Amino acid sequence: MRYNEKELQALSRQPAEMAAELGMRGPKKGSVAKRRLVKLVVNFLFYFRPDEAEPLGALLLERCRVAQEQPGGFSISFLEDLSRKYHFECCSQEQCQEWMDALRRASYEYMRRSLIFYRNEIRKMTGKDPLEQFGISEEARFQLNSLPRDGKTCVGSQLDLLD
Amino acid sequence: MQGTSKGLAAMKLNERSLAFYATCDAPVDNAGFLHKRGGRGAGSHRRWFVLRGNMLFYFESEASREPLGVILLEGCTVELVDAREEFAFAVHFAGGRSRPYVLAADSQEALEGWVKALSRASFHYLRLVVRELEQQLAAMREGSPANALPVHPSPVSNPRPKENGRAVWSALPEEPTAAPKRPPLPPRRRASAPNGPLVSFAQLHERYGLEVQALRSQWRGGQADLAGLEVWHPSSSGGTHTQDQP
Repeated sequence: MRYNEKELQALSRQPAEMAAELGMRGPKKGSVAKRRLVKLVVNFLFYFRPDEAEPLGALLLERCRVAQEQPGGFSISFLEDLSRKYHFECCSQEQCQEWMDALRRASYEYMRRSLIFYRNEIRKMTGKDPLEQFGISEEARFQLNSLPRDGKTCVGSQLDLLD
Repeated sequence: MQGTSKGLAAMKLNERSLAFYATCDAPVDNAGFLHKRGGRGAGSHRRWFVLRGNMLFYFESEASREPLGVILLEGCTVELVDAREEFAFAVHFAGGRSRPYVLAADSQEALEGWVKALSRASFHYLRLVVRELEQQLAAMREGSPANALPVHPSPVSNPRPKENGRAVWSALPEEPTAAPKRPPLPPRRRASAPNGPLVSFAQLHERYGLEVQALRSQWRGGQADLAGLEVWHPSSSGGTHTQDQP
């Protein structure tokens, strides 16, 4: 698949939501954990060799599952094949939890659900649509019926995490 | 598009997951046929485009199961172009890193739909809106704005230097004491703020380098009524783009 690699590289240089040196192991059988500088920028997780400026790679964090592995470690896998896991080793369970929380909220789809949730809450409280001030109240992407119908997403319950 | 000039291996990307995201049941933000110019003046091809989040995928046809490619839209600006194709627009990236993508729709309506959708596609933009709503909701839950604290001392006392001049928001005070209506921050704000609590849109804007040209072009179209936003200095060094009104 072709993609605009230069823009992805530029994105990797932007201020990160989270960045740390972690142990990282790819999903291939027999892969060895290596130290990587891991950087979360918008919905991408970049990973670098610790002393290099250009990223080795990036993971788009949509439709992914973040799971606790052994204490201090977590994995990222993707819905199309959950058995293929990228493993990360943190220096403490606290750091591990911080990363898992951040990664679970890092997707565009999560942001969209948050927006829809807040919009509805504010609408319920005020009777007014808060998106009107931005001129985007008619955008298809922010409508309640734009959420996937796979049964996994429920605007209320999934967003209990937010407060 | 994948080669690098350094001769190193191309950056790895989880392409299989990307392809899955392109074709799964996540909400589609826009879809339709567009003509896309090939590289190096190779003419243009009609492709099926699907916008999902901040990624613009293109397929050989509507029935294709895997995309031919994807354009990451973060940091782009979208503008109309006067091209040999009718209903043409371009997706630009600052810094001249890549040539712009020139795309053409089949109708004026489709053109406007795409320009609007692509201009608002960035994650940065979405996050800005979410944070604003979050703050509004927190303010409402804690009572009326009149009861809100006039100033949040710690964030405001260490303002980040503004590299790009002033951003004029009507709701933003110049001095901290003149901020009667700023709502207090919601209690939980952790994962997405590397340097602590966020206080203002100007700082958000700087920190994440939002592509304001895209927003500005949309606002000029008469969409929003945000006071004080006429004067806005873009933070990117890529220069300003002007949009021709149709």
